[in-house]
Amino acid sequence: MQASRMTPPLSAAHSTQFVRPDRVVNDFSIQVATVNGSGSQTANNVLMRSIFQMGVPVSGKNLFPSNIAGLPTWFTIRASSQGYIGRKKEVDFVVAMNPETAREDVMNLLPGAAAVYDAPLKLNELRDDLHFYPVPFDALVGPVCPDAKLRKLVRNMIYDGVVAHLLGIDLEQVRKALFKQFGERKRKAAELNWGAVTAGKDYAEQHLAKTDPFRIEPMDSTAGKLIIEGNTAAALGCLFAGVTVLTWYPITPSSSLAEALITYLARFRRDPETGKATYAVVQAEDELASIGMAIGAGWAGARSMTCTSGPGISLMSEFVGLAYYAEIPVVLIDVQRVGPSTGLPTRTMQGDSFSNAFLSHGDTMHPVLFPSSPEECFTMAQEAFDLAEFFQTPVFVNMDLDLGMNNWMSEPFPYPEKPIERGKVLTAEDLERLGGFARYKDVDGDGVPYRTLPGTPHPKAAYFTRGTGHNDNATYSEREDDWIKGVDRLARKFETLRSRAPQPEAVDAPNASIGLICTGTSRYAVEESCDQLSREYGIPASRLRIKAFPFSPSIGEFIDRHDRVYVVDQNRDAQLLMMLRLELSPERIARLRSVRYYGGLPLDARTVTDSIVSQEGL
Amino acid sequence: MSAAPSLPKKLNRAGLEIIPYRGSKTTLCAGCGHNSITERLIEAFWELGVEPWRVAKLSGIGCSSKTPAYFLSQSHGFNAVHGRAPTVATGTLLANHQLMCVVVSGDGDTASIGIGHFMHMLRRNVPLIYVIENNGVYGLTKGQFSATADLGSKLKTGTVNQLHPVDCCLAGIEMGATYIARSFSGDKRQLSAILKGAIAHNGLSIIDVISPCVTFNDHEGSTKSYAWMKDHDEPLHEVDFVPSFEDISVEIEEGESRVVRLHDGSRLLLHKLERDYDPSNKIHALEVLHEAERRNEVLTGVIYVDRNRPNFTEMLDLVDQPLATLPEARVRPTRAVLDQINEEFR
Ligand SMILES: Cc1ncc(C[n+]2csc(CCOP(=O)(O)OP(=O)(O)O)c2C)c(N)n1
Ligand code: SF4
Ligand SMILES: [Mg+2]
Repeated sequence: MQASRMTPPLSAAHSTQFVRPDRVVNDFSIQVATVNGSGSQTANNVLMRSIFQMGVPVSGKNLFPSNIAGLPTWFTIRASSQGYIGRKKEVDFVVAMNPETAREDVMNLLPGAAAVYDAPLKLNELRDDLHFYPVPFDALVGPVCPDAKLRKLVRNMIYDGVVAHLLGIDLEQVRKALFKQFGERKRKAAELNWGAVTAGKDYAEQHLAKTDPFRIEPMDSTAGKLIIEGNTAAALGCLFAGVTVLTWYPITPSSSLAEALITYLARFRRDPETGKATYAVVQAEDELASIGMAIGAGWAGARSMTCTSGPGISLMSEFVGLAYYAEIPVVLIDVQRVGPSTGLPTRTMQGDSFSNAFLSHGDTMHPVLFPSSPEECFTMAQEAFDLAEFFQTPVFVNMDLDLGMNNWMSEPFPYPEKPIERGKVLTAEDLERLGGFARYKDVDGDGVPYRTLPGTPHPKAAYFTRGTGHNDNATYSEREDDWIKGVDRLARKFETLRSRAPQPEAVDAPNASIGLICTGTSRYAVEESCDQLSREYGIPASRLRIKAFPFSPSIGEFIDRHDRVYVVDQNRDAQLLMMLRLELSPERIARLRSVRYYGGLPLDARTVTDSIVSQEGL
Repeated sequence: MSAAPSLPKKLNRAGLEIIPYRGSKTTLCAGCGHNSITERLIEAFWELGVEPWRVAKLSGIGCSSKTPAYFLSQSHGFNAVHGRAPTVATGTLLANHQLMCVVVSGDGDTASIGIGHFMHMLRRNVPLIYVIENNGVYGLTKGQFSATADLGSKLKTGTVNQLHPVDCCLAGIEMGATYIARSFSGDKRQLSAILKGAIAHNGLSIIDVISPCVTFNDHEGSTKSYAWMKDHDEPLHEVDFVPSFEDISVEIEEGESRVVRLHDGSRLLLHKLERDYDPSNKIHALEVLHEAERRNEVLTGVIYVDRNRPNFTEMLDLVDQPLATLPEARVRPTRAVLDQINEEFR
């Protein structure tokens, strides 16, 4: 078999007992294999959107290389009438456009799958148990795209037409999706591409006889919903959180978050009268600088944030410890990727749970929020700012590449109900009334002290911020009792935060003796896996999704209600499980089991189910 | 016994005594150059009547970086991490561009661990006063060479520096700072005038002050010692500062002095010594620094001033009110905006 530089995300592992029904409606996955930089993204998004517009739940996963142009890339669209939007391992319908991987793309399919391919590749000679549809893309593109330079890009739209025809996707929806994708300003380009779609459809109509069972039929499950990337959603969350300072350094997969936010700030955060900015954005010289600036801004009273990925987090370590100890609000959004080092920069992982929760030297602990959907990216970004400012501490939001860079269906975003939380900040008037203040004194018994901002016009406003030992009055101190008092109060503050952070979501199945615990995007595989366990094995399984660290006490209660609890981790070292073990009693720890996946692809339900089935001895 | 009439206290323009301009007692070694710089900062801010609450003081880590605790007790201070005060100060100004920011740094801080941030602060022309307390060694970690140590200078242990020094003034001119001066902690008059000029300047001021470390770098063979400076300090000019609020008409003799008008209307008077020096000529500024280096001299004075380049917060085109205190209505878009955005993704 021809070697490819990247292994496609599928295997033909259990092909033996696989039987396909005659008609498979709205429950299959389409994979388009192309070369990156060939403009296939547009064609893929149009295809996904067309299905979505037909009311069928979809999800799209882009598997791309760390490269600008010329390497293999796969885009998988899953249609699921039941609304499962996690990754599905098996590919049912492949569009093989990349000569370099075509052979492997087809060899990996299960019997009965379908393959549209570029005719000269003669993939039909490889197997006789698939439905093959050869399409002469080069011959078709010429007439619809006279400009030879554009042909490489337009060529991809042809498969949209072919696939739409074969699957029964409403062509009017394809047209609508395509024109939406190009926008008003690129109407001409849209027309050109529409010509290619039509050419593909016409060709399929005249030359391809449908033999496969896969069909898309209209449903009513997506009305009102959005399709959006998690990074865009998080950027919108920050916008509506009232962010005033963003500092960042480009890194996949977080760059598109910063870039989306920059676009929205420019659109919606210019003063209506003066046209001036109510925000500042700095592309810093490195991540040390971006966190340093964000901390300086937080200290001086801005709603400040930075976004990055693992390598950037590693560089921020010293500064985050300072912000923890000096008690400075700042929001860090970490769109996690596969590390250490460069690792697999375009693959997904929940690899920074541990490092973010305990980032920096000495005794440090930081709240971490775990959004699982665009909607939660939107709401939790806001919660992160409110928590950071109320608790005067760095707050992490752990997204991942799957959530950040893939397209997701989402409910429309709700307008924030709560006013912005600015925390315990004393003004000159407050100081006048109080006669002064002690920066690090626990006045309210919640561990959260009061602060003042530089520039407060009062002789008693100033205090000296330092990472070195200090007492209640922010005075330099190396005294043992001052140090212990200070860090004990920080621990108390963290306890207060425990009940203010987003609480877990638990779904108990009747008579379940097993439960699953997860964070973030693992939820999709976990939810589907619970259904698989009950449908295929007759085992009811409960699930609980953790939304924040420090952990809620209700997690322990969930564990008590089950005999065995599987903690699902998207990393080798079972980071979530380890963090739970730090807080739980030995009896509860004894009930925990581990399900781990760390191959860099979005977690799929079958992996979870298989692991549980084997550990349960079924 | 009748009470003796108390002497009237001396007040500055802001109606304040000098006390709030002082800080806590220094914990540095007696005779450390850094202490003299602290004194000059206290004087400069007091004499110009800057209200302390308008100032934010920041620093990295080192003996030098401790000094913000020793002046301006009524200003917010931030002793951050080693080498990275430029980033924290930049962030501070993003949140509140109305603050006057003064950063105190060491040569280790600036020219080694923090040189990346230093360079980018220069490029951005961040509007702040950046004082480098330059002693050629790491004081706080007990006397290792820093990157500003001169070629051939000797440590107490006898180790000779073989590496080329980083010249922060040269870097400042090349990379875009807009007020660049070098001085000596022992030259009260010059340093005071230079600091006042920096307070009046709108943009990034880099003030590289040779500041002897009496404990680790004041011996024979050091090029940052009091003795060395006595013999090698080569002032470009004599500097006087005339604040905007002093309505003094200054008699200038043709060809004898240059007047540099600063942002707030203050003036720097540069009195000619051996030659006439024009601090607005960038190429010339670079030339005299290189020349001085070749002659083993420490050139001091106001080396370069650029009054035209916009500073970083100006480039960001911020609203007048500090971002830090903008009310919710100005930072959270309306429900209609969210509806519009939701619609765009349907
Ligand atoms: C990340 C980090 N590395 C090392 C140190 C140790 N350290 C403290 S001060 C210092 C050098 C100080 O030298 P300089 O900046 O020249 O200041 P001086 O004490 O001479 O005024 C070093 C290396 C530190 N605090 N942080
Ligand atoms: S060690 Fe040197 S730099 Fe530090 S306080 Fe003493 S004299 Fe100053
Ligand atoms: Mg030093």
